[in-house]
Amino acid sequence: MFGLSARDTRFLLIVIALTLLTPILLQPFPEGSSLAQFNAGYPDLMQKFAIFGIFAIGFNILFGLTGYLSFGHAAFLGVGSYTVVWMYKLLGYNVLPGLLLSVVISAAFALLIGFISLRRSGIYFSILTLAFAQMSYNLAYSVLTPITNGETGLQVYASDPQILAGSGAPTSPHLFGLVMRNSAQVDLGGWVFTFNVGYYFCAVMAILAFYISLRIFRSPFGMMLRAIKTNQTRMNYTGLNSRPYTLAAFVISGMYAGLAGGLLAAMDPLAGAERMQWTASGEVVLMTILGGAGTLMGPVLGAGFIKYFENIFSKINDGILHGWFAFLPDGLEDFIVACFHPFVGKGWHLTLGILFMLVVIFLPGGLVEGMQRIWRLVRRRKSGGPKRKDPEHRPTAAPHMAE
Amino acid sequence: MTKSTLTRRGVIKTGAYAGAGLALPTIFTSRARAFTNAPSGNTVTFGFNVPQTGPYADEGLDELRAQELAVEHLNGMGDGGMLNTFSSKALDGTGILGKQVEYVTGDTQTKSDAARASAKAMIEKDGVVMINGGSSSGVAVAVQGLCQEAGIIFMAGLTHSNDTTGKDRKKNGFRHFFNAYMSGAALAPVLEKAYGTDRRAYHLTADYTWGYTQQESIQASTEAIGWETVNNVLTPVGAGDFSSYIAPVLNSGADVLVLNHYGGDMINSITQAVQFGLRDKQVNGKQFEIVVPLYSELMAEGAGDNIKGVYGSMNWNWQLSDPGTKAFVKSFGEKYGRPPSNSAHTCYVQTLLYADAVARAGSFDPCAVAEALEGFEFDGMGNGPVLYRAEDHQCFKDVLVMKGKDNPSTKYDILEIVEVTPVDHVTYPPDHPMFGGAEATLGQCNNGA
Repeated sequence: MFGLSARDTRFLLIVIALTLLTPILLQPFPEGSSLAQFNAGYPDLMQKFAIFGIFAIGFNILFGLTGYLSFGHAAFLGVGSYTVVWMYKLLGYNVLPGLLLSVVISAAFALLIGFISLRRSGIYFSILTLAFAQMSYNLAYSVLTPITNGETGLQVYASDPQILAGSGAPTSPHLFGLVMRNSAQVDLGGWVFTFNVGYYFCAVMAILAFYISLRIFRSPFGMMLRAIKTNQTRMNYTGLNSRPYTLAAFVISGMYAGLAGGLLAAMDPLAGAERMQWTASGEVVLMTILGGAGTLMGPVLGAGFIKYFENIFSKINDGILHGWFAFLPDGLEDFIVACFHPFVGKGWHLTLGILFMLVVIFLPGGLVEGMQRIWRLVRRRKSGGPKRKDPEHRPTAAPHMAE
Repeated sequence: MTKSTLTRRGVIKTGAYAGAGLALPTIFTSRARAFTNAPSGNTVTFGFNVPQTGPYADEGLDELRAQELAVEHLNGMGDGGMLNTFSSKALDGTGILGKQVEYVTGDTQTKSDAARASAKAMIEKDGVVMINGGSSSGVAVAVQGLCQEAGIIFMAGLTHSNDTTGKDRKKNGFRHFFNAYMSGAALAPVLEKAYGTDRRAYHLTADYTWGYTQQESIQASTEAIGWETVNNVLTPVGAGDFSSYIAPVLNSGADVLVLNHYGGDMINSITQAVQFGLRDKQVNGKQFEIVVPLYSELMAEGAGDNIKGVYGSMNWNWQLSDPGTKAFVKSFGEKYGRPPSNSAHTCYVQTLLYADAVARAGSFDPCAVAEALEGFEFDGMGNGPVLYRAEDHQCFKDVLVMKGKDNPSTKYDILEIVEVTPVDHVTYPPDHPMFGGAEATLGQCNNGA
């Protein structure tokens, strides 16, 4: 179905199901229980999962396939956000014109930066992209204040023209009247599930983004990109000009980032310069590597992992720790809380850093490799011992390019 | 190569699934509620959104201390602090309307984006009815807008920009802290007395809403006493190194440097200005002077000897001798072993004011609470008689003009009160041009229903 092999169709259907059921899956603990702390099924975080998932999927098309490590992708995120907020200001709160334009503008921006940066490869390429992103950030922060509203962030004011907004139009982002902020809460015997319009909008976008990425991975174009990663010099010697391919990959990933930035502004109508800072560029690199660069699902997993840590672990303060260990004698309780203290709350970066190191050292393929290893272990158990189908290791037929 | 073809059945099936998926959020009816996050059970949750990292982190930490103390006092623990001196007696130390107060905290990182994200998480996940705190006007304006959209009350913490209750004022947002206009109005007479009317001022200004409005206010009030403004240079927030901005001051012919900086930025810029020897210089036959329009104890502590003799203004100081201040300083000192800063004071007072308004209104409904706060007159909170003006949700009270002490006796005794400017001198009409003029309105109250 959809021009995919049977296996990929199954994969895509699983991804669709998981995405649509996210509000239920992320709410495993009943409201009011002590573990409700770890529930992540509230709109803001679910929207972030989907949006940063899109961002990481796009980044993976460049980094995972061609091996070009861009350290400036946050610039496109910011451009997307500013575009959407400007469309709110000029046209009205419908998200569609802004989102379309954000993809177009970030593509143009990526074409410009890519055209210059891709003249170099390796570390020089990374530094060039980083320089461009920091330049955009500083411009947005100071010189371009009339366009970006500087540190305060670009917002919609009542005095803005909004020429397409009718008198009865919603006063927050919406898609033809479907207001993004609206959600329905369902109470099921202690469990509270929140179904948010904004999340489902992001989810549909994320599924589309994932599908396009899947098609790119399986296409001859994707194969060409992989060839660039394997050995670009050899490709050049065979007389093939690889630059159009890398530039195309760069622009496509820039468009993904622009869409993600646009969606951020579609969920919350404010665009700040901070989302163009180098830390934001670094975050998407971490997401992709943590999840597994070059794999389809990896970047999404990595994005979810980091956003979960950022929003849930950072919320655990000393008071909550004391609550958990209240059953211990006083001295021991204080000791254990003191031990945990550097790793939770403000120290969530530390925990994330340690996990990142462990993943990079022991699972170079990221979380996806970890899951594959567990899966193989389970399968081997079931089938009883390490019996391979082909004990003589005969070479297998190489899969066709188009598959 | 396997490639399935598009069948009619397949298309219809896919369409049906996609339609069902899209319709999923709309077929459930939402739970009936009167307003956003109406508290159920016997607890109510407050959200304390303060900077825990970044250039204003010190202020955020002190705000958090004061907010914890306020929650203790509301729940009847500790000695009650200002509840004993507060003119309204609606609160009795048994929580609010019979509900115990709980709180969650968030980190604004002094970034509008991060602050909104953390406020959003508190509203959606933790179900807070009120957000308090913050130490930057950019953040305050952003979070105030979010609270207005979401339908909860925002009790601003330390925000000094005119815009917060000026052009960006909101029906659901309230500010106890004073503002840049009040600083200018209070400082100008003192500066005139100390430095004369023939001065040339050079401004270094933090590059965001607070910096702009403070610079505008100080320039207007100093020009009114005859000063000349030589130049105004915008500096990025959290720059760290200000030497490249300070060097040009030496050759500009200015004899007063106005530092429109706050927090860690102010500590760095004044320290570097002193290192450049600015304060030992004679310009135009006059001693070179530095002015820091907005002071705080934490900044003074960080800047050390460099602030000796430097003028500035404050919302409140722990050295005041009224009963409210004494009660607050006592309970804060007993718990944390240090005097509270004025940002701590403002967050503490805001928390109590919100609780009191809920108790008087008899409901957590933001519209009822806003009505109870509008035009509310109170006393016993350390600032003398105070009015929460209904037109712009700004508190009007006396302003303190401070000066760095020449001979500090302890680590905390570094500022002295030069003058208490009475409230009449700092009052302005709600449609003042610096506050958005006649166009600025609060808009409609939103309770999220």
